[in-house]
Amino acid sequence: MAMLEVKNLSISFGGLRAVDDFHVTIENGCLYGLIGPNGAGKTTVFNLLTGVYKPDEGIITLDGTNITGKKTIEINRCGIARTFQNIRLFKELTVLENVKVGLHNHNYYGTLTGILRLPKYFRVEKQMNEEAMELLKVFDLADEADILAANLPYGKQRKLEIARALATKPKLLLLDEPAAGMNPNETQELMDTIRFVRKHFEMTILLIEHDMKLVSGICEELTVLNFGRVLCQGKTSDVLNNPEVIKAYLGE
Amino acid sequence: MSFVTYLINGISLGSVYALIALGYTMVYGIAKMLNFAHGDVIMVGGFTCYTICSTMGMHPVLGVLISVVVCTVLGIVIEKIAYKPLRKASSSLAVLITAIGVSYLLQNVALLIFGANAKSFTSVVNVENINLFDGQISINGVTIVTIITCIVIMAVLMLFINKTKMGQAMLAVSEDKGAAQLMGVNVNGTISLTFAIGSALAAIAGVLMCSAYPSLTPYTGSMPGIKAFVAAVFGGIGSIPGAFIGGILLGVIQIFSQAYISSQMADAIVFAVLIVVLLVKPTGLLGKNIQEKV
Amino acid sequence: MKKTVRSNLITMGLVVAAYIIVQILIGTGNISSLMKGLLVPLCIYAILAVSLNLTVGILGELSLGHAGFMCIGAFSSAFFSKCMNMFVPGMPGGLRFFLAILIGAAAAGIFGILIGIPVLRLKGDYLAIVTLAFGEIIKNLINILYLGIDENGVHFSFKSSLDLHMEDSDKIIINGAMGITGTPNNSNFTIGVILLLITLFIVLNLVHSRDGRAIMAIRDNTIAAESVGIPVTKYKMMAFSISAALAGVAGVLYAHNLSTLTALPKNFGYNMSIMILVFVVLGGMGNIRGSMIAAVVLTLLPELLRGVVSDYRMLIYAIILIVMMLFNWAPACIEWRKKITATVKSKLSKNKTAKEV
Repeated sequence: MAMLEVKNLSISFGGLRAVDDFHVTIENGCLYGLIGPNGAGKTTVFNLLTGVYKPDEGIITLDGTNITGKKTIEINRCGIARTFQNIRLFKELTVLENVKVGLHNHNYYGTLTGILRLPKYFRVEKQMNEEAMELLKVFDLADEADILAANLPYGKQRKLEIARALATKPKLLLLDEPAAGMNPNETQELMDTIRFVRKHFEMTILLIEHDMKLVSGICEELTVLNFGRVLCQGKTSDVLNNPEVIKAYLGE
Repeated sequence: MSFVTYLINGISLGSVYALIALGYTMVYGIAKMLNFAHGDVIMVGGFTCYTICSTMGMHPVLGVLISVVVCTVLGIVIEKIAYKPLRKASSSLAVLITAIGVSYLLQNVALLIFGANAKSFTSVVNVENINLFDGQISINGVTIVTIITCIVIMAVLMLFINKTKMGQAMLAVSEDKGAAQLMGVNVNGTISLTFAIGSALAAIAGVLMCSAYPSLTPYTGSMPGIKAFVAAVFGGIGSIPGAFIGGILLGVIQIFSQAYISSQMADAIVFAVLIVVLLVKPTGLLGKNIQEKV
Repeated sequence: MKKTVRSNLITMGLVVAAYIIVQILIGTGNISSLMKGLLVPLCIYAILAVSLNLTVGILGELSLGHAGFMCIGAFSSAFFSKCMNMFVPGMPGGLRFFLAILIGAAAAGIFGILIGIPVLRLKGDYLAIVTLAFGEIIKNLINILYLGIDENGVHFSFKSSLDLHMEDSDKIIINGAMGITGTPNNSNFTIGVILLLITLFIVLNLVHSRDGRAIMAIRDNTIAAESVGIPVTKYKMMAFSISAALAGVAGVLYAHNLSTLTALPKNFGYNMSIMILVFVVLGGMGNIRGSMIAAVVLTLLPELLRGVVSDYRMLIYAIILIVMMLFNWAPACIEWRKKITATVKSKLSKNKTAKEV
């Protein structure tokens, strides 16, 4: 069964149809790319998938569950985690704590247990620390565990956002322009990390990206969005050679 | 007929609130801060006029003029010394607390000069009462002057902001200081001007308020300042017509609650109405709704 | 982990040390009666500052209604204590006071939830003005509340004591603007310090727990917190109501420190809420220890100035407040302070290397 199946997804803002009849099917374990010119509605699709906006029409099915119209936190619990185009970290928390917030729903003790420091508090906290450190090691952030997220260099902030999203143990990971603002070396490194994440966590990944090198390098399938509508869909190499796509990107 | 009398009294009180709220809303729009000292500027205006007219025995018009000048200068000075250094502070609370400090400062200076006892303010308005319906309704001269002043000032402000270059600069600065600066707007000057206008309005409001309610203490401005802020929020903070409507409504609600429900509960009712309005329309009656973009 | 534990212990240790020093001063008679009278209020203000910091510093929402919650705690607990005095005279004072504390905290906490549900979706200055409004409403309503209990049950009115229709006017417990008189004086410095320590224990441990992290995540970025599955409303309510309940505890302490309890603008009005906010901001938002110290220093400051420059003390207080805010927060000042510390450090290290050579 497909991991994500979206049909007929539409939303309007004040008469403007920002996303119109969007549809996509992403197979389990696929690394899928969503591309398109600026203002094509890519981030709006992410916001619809994660419940930030409620769609006017359409059905979103995640791993067989209908998640259309659910709230952001419910959708996260169903298994979608995301990163943001403009990085949104918990800046005044440490790197480790950022990931531990991601682990929040998978490690439980009550408020009173926390305040009274009952044995369960120490047990669960220890486990959370271990899990979080493991994730940080994957992203090469273990040495920075105790510094504030705000003080991380830009590239590492992007990585931390991915680590935090993975901490929620999603089935589907949405990356919104993960390579934005990175230099070629950092982008190369990021590509390796994304590939590793997919393999190591057996993750399905949907990413928005402008960097064509990254897209053609790691995405197996693509959807091209233009003016809120699907322009073209299919295998990466086919899509990138499609004359309409080239026209949309380069103009007449 | 008492209903009409209450309504007129309400509009009169509301006009005072509206005058203060106009200043408050302009300052908020441009500095994005709760200026807790605004109410105390009203008090300074009242005391200045009191000193000129009652103590020194000069003409009321001179009293009003001087108090406007004093408050305008005071507003500019407060902004320059206490608020400007904090404009780029990491938390907006810093300037809020400083404003509270300025409020304490003004109150205590007034306390040292004039003492804690209430001064009896002589009205600066010399207009005959108007009697309608064979004397069934009598409208106080102060009331008439207050209402007219408020309407005139609002109209002038609207013209100033929408039709003049400086007014447009104010709008630009309130929208985005950085962008306004890049477009060649003198941001510091514009902010000073806003504080000057806001404080001048506070002075006029102070004189009119003390003419209508002639008891003057160092704490006179505190509660009207809060109420005017409530009025500004009520109408949609940052909006000039909103402040006017909010002020008038607040005054009417307060007088009606005092008359028909309970004088002790009037304040609670005013605040309750504010809460209801904000819960229904979180940005006030005429406020703009800005959503955070994801 | 260890660093936070040590920091928490230092905070609590400071309180204990201050307590011991004060006890020694009292024992040796080196403390004026004026200062003695300030001991319980100091605890009250410290509890208020620490609890408000939970809302302002940890949750990141501006509340100007903290005194309202204190007011609820004060009146509910004083009402309870007086009822117990009247109807269960045999009850031991300690037990009664203990229950009064719980009742004051619970009542304020419940009001925190009731007020929090509608208002916590507002943001920033709007939230500030609405909480201020709620605080004023609470004070206003308590001022016109008449409440008494006799054989015929509970009587209450918002008009006058006559409207209670009670035969025995001695059994009026809350008498409008006259408030509650004859509350047992159970508060003392020791209990104040214990309650302060409990408050610190609750707040500090909450902050460094799973729930505290969630609350701070909401403060730092609400949208991101939602995206990782943090139920925002639940945690906002939790922080707000715990903060309110602790303010209620301060109210209990306040009510049982005075023989007459009235709701005046001075003690429960917005000016009080603002003063607590000043403690929090000056002590450092999110810095629990700082807000406690700021509360103590700023409460003592006017009293210390009283001896030196009695007429000008509030004026000086205001100036100090403005100057401290500018010094702490103005970017230009921060820059300047950094420069100074850098030069001092480089000079020190130069001296060091010179010596080593």
